[in-house]
Amino acid sequence: MRDPPACGPLLAAEGLSWRGVEGRLFADAAVAVGAGELVEIRGENGSGKSTLLRMLAGLLPCPGATVRRLAPVAYLGHKPGAAADMTPIENLRWAARLRGEPVAADRVDGALARLGVGLARFRSSGALSAGQQRRAAWARLLLAPPQSVWLLDEPLAALDAAGEALARALVAEHRQRGGAVVCATHASVAAPPAAATHSILLPM
Amino acid sequence: MNAFVAELGRECRLALRRSALTLGPVAFFALAVVLFGLAAGGGGSYARGAVWVLALFASALAAEALFARDQEDGTLELLLLHARPLFMAILGKLLAHWLAVSLPLLALSPAALLVLQGSLAGGGALLLALVLGTPVLVCLGGIGAALTLGTGRHGVLLALLAMPLAVPVLVFGVAASAGGDQAPFALLMLAALLTGSVTLAPFAIAKALAIGQEY
Repeated sequence: MRDPPACGPLLAAEGLSWRGVEGRLFADAAVAVGAGELVEIRGENGSGKSTLLRMLAGLLPCPGATVRRLAPVAYLGHKPGAAADMTPIENLRWAARLRGEPVAADRVDGALARLGVGLARFRSSGALSAGQQRRAAWARLLLAPPQSVWLLDEPLAALDAAGEALARALVAEHRQRGGAVVCATHASVAAPPAAATHSILLPM
Repeated sequence: MNAFVAELGRECRLALRRSALTLGPVAFFALAVVLFGLAAGGGGSYARGAVWVLALFASALAAEALFARDQEDGTLELLLLHARPLFMAILGKLLAHWLAVSLPLLALSPAALLVLQGSLAGGGALLLALVLGTPVLVCLGGIGAALTLGTGRHGVLLALLAMPLAVPVLVFGVAASAGGDQAPFALLMLAALLTGSVTLAPFAIAKALAIGQEY
């Protein structure tokens, strides 16, 4: 396997703290991820993994922290990120146009086919099974710029065994292309030859 | 500009597919006009005022759907993360909402006048005033919907929040529809409210949506 290109971090954050309604979740957490790297965030349910990811994405304010985003981010959260009344194709094209980078129709078809939901691309997203919706959400990551930072929140949820293997392959490919991945998960998304670069454990 | 077109196209498409949801406020407007006419009798001088009040209610009713679905299915997160400029995307959303909800109201307003006052007299002035006033109502409804997004079921809160802000629109709207000496001034005031709300509301909505993500 070719070594990923080495350079500075694509996403670096220091001093991340979050005080939830029930008290402090985590304090002074730091995350840095460079090209080709995979950082896994681990912790028990309720330890703040999702919150940390949302802070990294820019969905939540980061008071007192310094967050540097040197590459575009692509966020895969718990929610499908697709309108139930639109087809996967329409949802993906909308997401790409929103970024200001419209993608060609065959790239959208290709991404959906790669995830194994090519045949469902003309059905409405709401009619797809949970696993298919998850796969369609993964297809959105493939349409993000190649050097982007994927922020994945329990990305293997609802996927079957083949889907999990595919997800690990996609993560490995993204790292080889010079992309970076931050992943909150219980099951590792690292493919066997390339382990996670770092692991962050959020205390309870 | 891409973000504007993307959001406008998406919302128009969704409005057509969710036609039952989209037509709810319009149907409410039409029914209320008919009931008003039946209860109060035709030939009333209240006709223009009634049309304005019902248009306001219909807008408030429709506003609740602006962001609720997007919040549930996660597309709002994507909008906040990726739309650059966010201002233009929100403007596209508001325009689509106006096309879906207010435009049918404008089309129904001559019929509403017929039912309520028995003639089309003053229909042109009413239509012009509604063209200027309804986008302001959409903007105010948008601010209310964005502010109450984090609070769960929020119809009542939304109404309480947006109604006082809508009072100037109502006052100037009715004055502009009535014709007479005050109409030109009222029309200018409506136009001023329109420019103000179209330029400022998207910023307020963007900020409110960002704050709403914390809950």
